[in-house]
Amino acid sequence: MATTKVIERKPLTFAEKTFLPQIATGLKTTFGNMLKKPITLQYPEERPVIPDNYRGVPTLVKDPNGREKCVSCQLCEFVCPPKAIRITPGEINAEAEPDRAHVEKAPQEFEINMLRCIYCGFCQEVCPEEAIYLQDVFSLSGYSREEMINKKDKLYELGGTLPDEHFKWDKKKAAELSGNPEH
Amino acid sequence: MSANGTSEMITINLDGREVEVPKGMNAIEAAKLHGKEIPHYCYHPKLSIAGNCRMCLIEMGMPMRDRGTGEPVLDEQGVQKIGWGPKPVIGCATDVSPGMHLRTDSESVKEARNGVTEFLLINHPLDCPICDQAGECRLQEFSADHGRGYSRFIEDKNVKPKRTVLGPRVTLDDERCILCSRCVRFSQEVAKDDVLGFVDRGTYSTLTCYPGKELANNYSLNTVDICPVGALTSTDFRFKMRVWFLKRTNSICTESSVGANTTVWSREGKIYRITPRRNDAVNDTWMTDSGRDLFKPFESDDRLTHYTVDGVHQSPEIAAKAAAELLRAGSVAVVGSAHSTVEEQFILEEIAKKTGASVSMVKHEGEGDGILLSEDRSPNLRGALLNGLISELPKGDLTLLAAQVDSGAVKTLLVVNEDLTQLGLTEAQLGQVKIIYLGAFANAVSQVAQVVLPSLSVFEKSGSFVNQNFRLQKFAAAVPGPRGLIAELGVLAMVEALLGEGNSQAPTIAQVWERIGQTEGVFAGLAWQKIPEEGLKLEAGSLAKLNFVESKNLKLDPAALEAAQALPA
Amino acid sequence: MTLFEAWLPVILPVIFALVMISVFMGMCAYAVLAERKICSYIQGRVGPNRTRLPLIGNVPILGDFLTGLGIFQPAADGLKFLFKEEITPGHVKLGYYYLAPIIALTPALTTMVVLPFGRYVDAAGVVQPLALANLDVGFLFILAISSLGVYGIVLAGWASNSKYPFLGAIRSSAQMISYELALGVSILPVFMWSAAPGSEYGMSLFGVVQAQETLWIGIWQPLSALIFLVAIFAETNRLPFDMAESETDLVGGFHTEYGAFKFGLFFVAEYAHIIMGSAIFVLLFAGGWHFLPGLADPWPAGPVGAVLSVLWFLAKIAFMIFFFIWIRWTLPRFRYDQVMSLGWKILLPLAVGNLVFNTLLIALIDAL
Repeated sequence: MATTKVIERKPLTFAEKTFLPQIATGLKTTFGNMLKKPITLQYPEERPVIPDNYRGVPTLVKDPNGREKCVSCQLCEFVCPPKAIRITPGEINAEAEPDRAHVEKAPQEFEINMLRCIYCGFCQEVCPEEAIYLQDVFSLSGYSREEMINKKDKLYELGGTLPDEHFKWDKKKAAELSGNPEH
Repeated sequence: MSANGTSEMITINLDGREVEVPKGMNAIEAAKLHGKEIPHYCYHPKLSIAGNCRMCLIEMGMPMRDRGTGEPVLDEQGVQKIGWGPKPVIGCATDVSPGMHLRTDSESVKEARNGVTEFLLINHPLDCPICDQAGECRLQEFSADHGRGYSRFIEDKNVKPKRTVLGPRVTLDDERCILCSRCVRFSQEVAKDDVLGFVDRGTYSTLTCYPGKELANNYSLNTVDICPVGALTSTDFRFKMRVWFLKRTNSICTESSVGANTTVWSREGKIYRITPRRNDAVNDTWMTDSGRDLFKPFESDDRLTHYTVDGVHQSPEIAAKAAAELLRAGSVAVVGSAHSTVEEQFILEEIAKKTGASVSMVKHEGEGDGILLSEDRSPNLRGALLNGLISELPKGDLTLLAAQVDSGAVKTLLVVNEDLTQLGLTEAQLGQVKIIYLGAFANAVSQVAQVVLPSLSVFEKSGSFVNQNFRLQKFAAAVPGPRGLIAELGVLAMVEALLGEGNSQAPTIAQVWERIGQTEGVFAGLAWQKIPEEGLKLEAGSLAKLNFVESKNLKLDPAALEAAQALPA
Repeated sequence: MTLFEAWLPVILPVIFALVMISVFMGMCAYAVLAERKICSYIQGRVGPNRTRLPLIGNVPILGDFLTGLGIFQPAADGLKFLFKEEITPGHVKLGYYYLAPIIALTPALTTMVVLPFGRYVDAAGVVQPLALANLDVGFLFILAISSLGVYGIVLAGWASNSKYPFLGAIRSSAQMISYELALGVSILPVFMWSAAPGSEYGMSLFGVVQAQETLWIGIWQPLSALIFLVAIFAETNRLPFDMAESETDLVGGFHTEYGAFKFGLFFVAEYAHIIMGSAIFVLLFAGGWHFLPGLADPWPAGPVGAVLSVLWFLAKIAFMIFFFIWIRWTLPRFRYDQVMSLGWKILLPLAVGNLVFNTLLIALIDAL
């Protein structure tokens, strides 16, 4: 059984019973607020400072050589909780693009449905190629549902280029060109 | 069952536990029998033992005996001592023997696996994001289970060709290859097309085709299936979809009467690939390449997608009513199909009985390859025989039916699948009769038919087939059919019900089986749920004496069967 | 010329009335702006600062400054109400539904007829009131007319034929009746003192103001002033007494089913009531146009003095309006039972006690 503990309340004084001193205190507080500087940001002209780890609209990025980093492994599609991502994998045409033929795979189509996206950042976390980033874009609008589905072009346009730290595919290409010298 | 066909059980000690296993079984299978996984790459239950991957290293010991006297050597407690081998042995090539002791998870075994994994990964590229094997890759799984988690290898990795075309359907990524030689052994032993082999030595060892040849046999895609890593890839499935998105559905290959067990891999109503499913009584773990492409025609444009009565789109109920109306007029002939399921043939037979129709069927034959492609290219001829839809083997054409049409004895035709213009009937003859056509594709018959009832593919409906060994095997729908279509079993059942007094509700497959189970013969007492996933061998009875076209193949030996039949007499 | 002179007594009041309504409605509009701005400042916001009129808004520094203050916002608000789509719900009682907002606004505008807003010392040195009509029973007139305002709300609630407006209207009528008692009783001592036998002004508001030339009544009758102030808050349906609107539990209260210009009328009526309430409070308790307590009026005789007195009176009203808004954004809303118990159990006995005490006091003074 739960025990009930009765807390004795201090009886109100006469002044407290009239509430008038409390009202006066309240008026003082609000008047003091009135004299403070407003904290409003004049939004379209003034923009908030976006922190580095902000999770904005998911975007696709290219490496410093302008190569698309995504290899359509579809892990983001798999991990996406609201199933906002839809990828059509494709093979890179070796004749048309000899420069990146060694990557072999790239998305034919990459769609992120921003009406579904919950900005959780799982896609960024899971990406083995560091190709998808939630960057600082936070305002997104459109006139139709179709417009709110970000296609591959839009995603690369939003994402731009981010510095690469690994150059995995460049190294791979170099190794492929040099081959095994002893062989 | 052990490899040599006996089932004599022996006792071994597996990780300190006394267990019973069949004599002659190897350690990997024996451990698997008792829930212990011994990781392996090169070992495959249906191929010879190569023992070159070294992943299945385990500790083995035998009870000690004195060499001179043969007396057991006892320890202080009076228990026989175990003579453990100084080094681990490979499980795949170690057949169990009575009293054998095995350790599959000791420290030394773990260390051995760890070392083997590290060596396998030395030159393995970090391709997982683009590798189609990712998700079903043994190397990926075992690296996670038994690997060290990071690399100590600071030298340059070996570079090998990434996109070698081995054949029309197989592409090789040599860097990923771990040289297990499963594909080489498969080509030699099962496909009997010995074109693959290793060249060069050490880390430069590379899988290649014999110069001037290619891996083009009709079983080449099985090498992709058995490849434990992503080295051999299917050119068709390459880079199409990650396997973890695909839904697996048990199905049966309809290419021939072998009835290979398959798995259909689909996502959101689209089939991406078909792979074999192990069934030692039917297809072991193999299937033909041609059988894997059978889903593609059903994605084409010439599929029938609407129920049609006199050229007008109708609902299935109205189409069934129109069909029943035509059938009631009498003088009906039914052209059945050995591609229909057992259930559809049963309902067709009921319709034939109610309308007094004669039933004919045509044979579909081709060249067999002696492995998993039989001469009879229909999946369910024996089902039609067991159902009583037909009583003798079908002929190649329908000249008898043509004569009946000419004489006016037949005024209404119920045709399943067949294009009659290819089978001895002229278009003029077709014009003399009313036709109800049931099939998946448009053809000359569907164009002149009064009632067209579109049917679903084997991937879109459930049902069962009886294969060359009289084995009843069921399959399930993997993907939905075209919009608005119901399984033809439902339509046929509606027609049948309209011919009698029943209501025209499309029954479930289990309800149809309740009726089939009440019939006399081999199906008596059977029910849909009672058909096991691995199939059910039926009694052939007198039908076995029929002169079936199949010759000897992987699981069928007509000569031996005949000998066995002759023996009791 | 003679014709014009003959018609002058008719034309002048009409012109005066029109001027007064214009000024009054202008004050209503800017009271709305004041409400928006002051609540923004209290909440650390900026408030309306975007609306800009073409010509004056383009004046280099002044235009930006006025725009920042939101000076042009009332015009935009007003136009918005005018041009919004006129929606009439299908389930309302049409005639009453349209009548309600008119009835709500009319009493507030009518009461200003008797409102003196300044004084004029003519050539003879006689102090004349500035008012459209200086009735001897001015305050009774105000009480009588302003009570009619509740009909607008009750009618709106009933004609809307919808539960939330109905609940709001019922609460509102009960509340108004409760507080009108306290309001009426609380000001009786004021008139008892100012309209003592022999006084020349009777119950006219001008007399009350004139009686405060040296000392504001609010200072020596604080209890009356407090009760009156609280009651006026309740009568105007302002927070913390806005039981009629009570948007947290009644959606929008009595005006839930109203939109566009009809809602605009209700909205203006609320601010008209605030201004009227402020004006009456200033007249009764805060000395009207008189300068500061204890100090003689500094304004001279003649038109200049008259204008100065009117401006001073307006300044006092402006402060009262600010006070109304200030209170609104400081105090939370009462619970309905608290509203009722405050009105019946506290304010009314207090007012009656105050009346008895003052009566006895006057009797005692008379007897001495």
